[in-house]
Amino acid sequence: MDLSIFLEILSSTMRMSVPLILACLAGLWSERSGIVDIGLEGKMLAGAFAAAAAASYFQSPWMGLFFAIIISLLMSLVHGYASITQRGNQVVSGVAINMLAAGLTVVIGNSWYKQGGRTPALDDLTRFMPIDFPGRASLFSIPVFGPISKIFLDHSILTYLAFAMVPLSAWALAKTRFGLRLRAVGENPHAVDTAGISVARLRYQAVIIAGILCGIAGTYLSTSLSAGFVRDMTAGRGYLALTALIFSNWRAWPALYACLLFGFLQAIANFLQGVHFFGLEIPVQFFNALPYVMTVILLAGFIGKSVPPRASGIPYTKDR
Amino acid sequence: MTPAIELIGIDKRFGAVHANNDVSLSIAKSSIHGIIGENGAGKSTLMSILFGFYAADKGEIKVQGKTVKVNSSTDAIALGIGMVHQHFMLVDPFTVLENVILGAEGGALIGPALAKARAELKRLADEYELDVDPDAIVGELPVGLQQRVEILKALYKGADVLILDEPTGVLTPDEADHLFRILQQLRNQGKTVILITHKLREIMAITDHVSVMRRGEMVATKETAKTSLEELAELMVGRRVLMHVEKGAAHPGEVVLDVKNLVWRDRKGTPRVDGVSFQVRKGEIVGIAGVSGNGQSELLDVITGIAKATSGTVLFEGEDITDLNDPSILRRRGMAHVPEDRQHRGLITSFSAAESAILGWQNDAGLGRSYHLNRNAVIERCRKQMEEFDVRPADPLLKSSKFSGGNQQKLILAREIGSNPDLLIVGQPTRGVDIGAIEFIHKRLIHLRDMGKAILLVSVELDEIRSLSDRILVMFAGRVMGERGPDADERELGLLMAGVVKDAA
Repeated sequence: MDLSIFLEILSSTMRMSVPLILACLAGLWSERSGIVDIGLEGKMLAGAFAAAAAASYFQSPWMGLFFAIIISLLMSLVHGYASITQRGNQVVSGVAINMLAAGLTVVIGNSWYKQGGRTPALDDLTRFMPIDFPGRASLFSIPVFGPISKIFLDHSILTYLAFAMVPLSAWALAKTRFGLRLRAVGENPHAVDTAGISVARLRYQAVIIAGILCGIAGTYLSTSLSAGFVRDMTAGRGYLALTALIFSNWRAWPALYACLLFGFLQAIANFLQGVHFFGLEIPVQFFNALPYVMTVILLAGFIGKSVPPRASGIPYTKDR
Repeated sequence: MTPAIELIGIDKRFGAVHANNDVSLSIAKSSIHGIIGENGAGKSTLMSILFGFYAADKGEIKVQGKTVKVNSSTDAIALGIGMVHQHFMLVDPFTVLENVILGAEGGALIGPALAKARAELKRLADEYELDVDPDAIVGELPVGLQQRVEILKALYKGADVLILDEPTGVLTPDEADHLFRILQQLRNQGKTVILITHKLREIMAITDHVSVMRRGEMVATKETAKTSLEELAELMVGRRVLMHVEKGAAHPGEVVLDVKNLVWRDRKGTPRVDGVSFQVRKGEIVGIAGVSGNGQSELLDVITGIAKATSGTVLFEGEDITDLNDPSILRRRGMAHVPEDRQHRGLITSFSAAESAILGWQNDAGLGRSYHLNRNAVIERCRKQMEEFDVRPADPLLKSSKFSGGNQQKLILAREIGSNPDLLIVGQPTRGVDIGAIEFIHKRLIHLRDMGKAILLVSVELDEIRSLSDRILVMFAGRVMGERGPDADERELGLLMAGVVKDAA
């Protein structure tokens, strides 16, 4: 394998990691507050659709981003209402959101655009394109240094936003009042309640953050990574993000590494399609399954037990 | 002097249950005020109302002479009321400092609050014997220290009135003594302490005043110095209670249970039962004392065939049953078991009383044939047991969960004793059981002993162990620290429970 392909894979790793990082952080915020969020996939998918539709209608990627966040947020609030206010089963609510998003995006897309669930293709002006900074072309043409710098600099604003969210989340969780309370409510909501803090309010805040992050993730998928929405374009990234969350033991920095690793595996899978080893073609499904297989193996033997927030998935009731 | 707290005509209903019926209470400043009553008497509800956890239907709350509204814990904390709950309200993976500042961070960033709390904790530690490492992870601390963290939390938030709900249930006698010293210091420094408990001796030992609740009503408030154990017990139950179980001398017969060098290791390989040997004979009660979590539960599991012994032997009526891990066979051979955790192991709370009452005996010939249960026979058996053991309400079709703790325990005892066993193994027979029922249960156990049965009793209530047992074994960290007679000194037993063997050197 020559060097240029390797650099291409690394650059692709960056791009493939972005939606994973955003979704994984969404899950992190939600689950640290005690709300299991299996609906990451659905929120991302609905966000992706809203972003593509709005970007093409308003001819602006920013309008796409805005509507993606709104839609994803609404779905988050539905999840919040079901699991916080109504104390419903959080997994059921999340699955419902996934099914709703998978169905509605196709039905509405078909009825609006009649392209089998696709949205109209977006041109460069209506997409989030790699940032065009002064001297970009000449920098990338420098030998050796150029292609290497391209791995890190040839990306859209959303990519940098995603990566910036990692230290921001880690810092907010560890050092702020909001973070302290949020972590506490995911471990023992009774302690939070008796300290005079509203459990429901904290959890809604967490769910709202998750909604916003999923909206950004969806926007990235349909307006940056691709040029338009295709049915089921999230392709299991929400579940992969959940896996990364378990893998990282619900911590922000390890979550970044897990997402980069999974992004790398996805990038390899794309580049190695149809590659033969000793005369055997390796099916692409093998690479797609690798993150899950690795998670199971590593959790089973190498990085020890992964401990979720103690109160996650359990509706809070005052009665003891 | 204006009282620190005044409750006037507090009324609270939960559906059909009248939890607090026109309750009034006045608590003097700088005093320790005890509130006693049986389970369900309304003590916790009353304090939850004062702490803003529930809203009263009627009534008035005065703090320092001023009428206030306490709609939430936030209000209560702002009024200088702090509460140490029976089940600690701590975030286990957090450090002590993080737990202390939770809810009182004083700004968007927690850095300054952590520094302030560190200094404040040091001051409180010096002033009240409240030492605890501020950077320790709370979940890794022993319960005694966790309780200190709860007290520190309240004091850090500026509590002048401290409510403690059953604070000594999880403590060794030594830890309880330390807690009492802390409470006395708090009172001497001008704080007001409200102590909710069902342990009369604690009330007598430490409080200045005591209020007695019964069935949602405030029955009496007394000056502690001018009352007695017997009077308080009578007020609690509403009739005269025998505080000490009367029993004659034991007449031990042949050995029924012979445990030799028993070891049980958990999955990590830690020995939780570590070389335990003892015998139980016919006609005697052997009590195992110890703070909960020192291997008593595991010991019971191994003897009763629930867990598999790692090494050692268990002989039951001369026969080796170590590897016979089948409770149903043991039960049929005459080993009855009243498990420690009645809600989870003693009965099935969603079953009717009649169904719970045949658990383990569902294959009895009298109850039906092969795969068929005779419903009437099941109900009839339960009705008889209810009558004999005075279970109230005597309704075999009522869900098991609807019975009070004491009546659930009577149901289980009726089931286990009803089979006429040779050996009865009882874990925590009176945990969460009210005084009236305790008296009944104790009498039945003595009666059983006098009939020549062998009884192995495990309890964390030292009083219970002392008043029932003919011989007392004390367990600590999986080992038997020593054997004492029923008249053993309480302090000495307390030291053994803490792992200190006085005459070892």
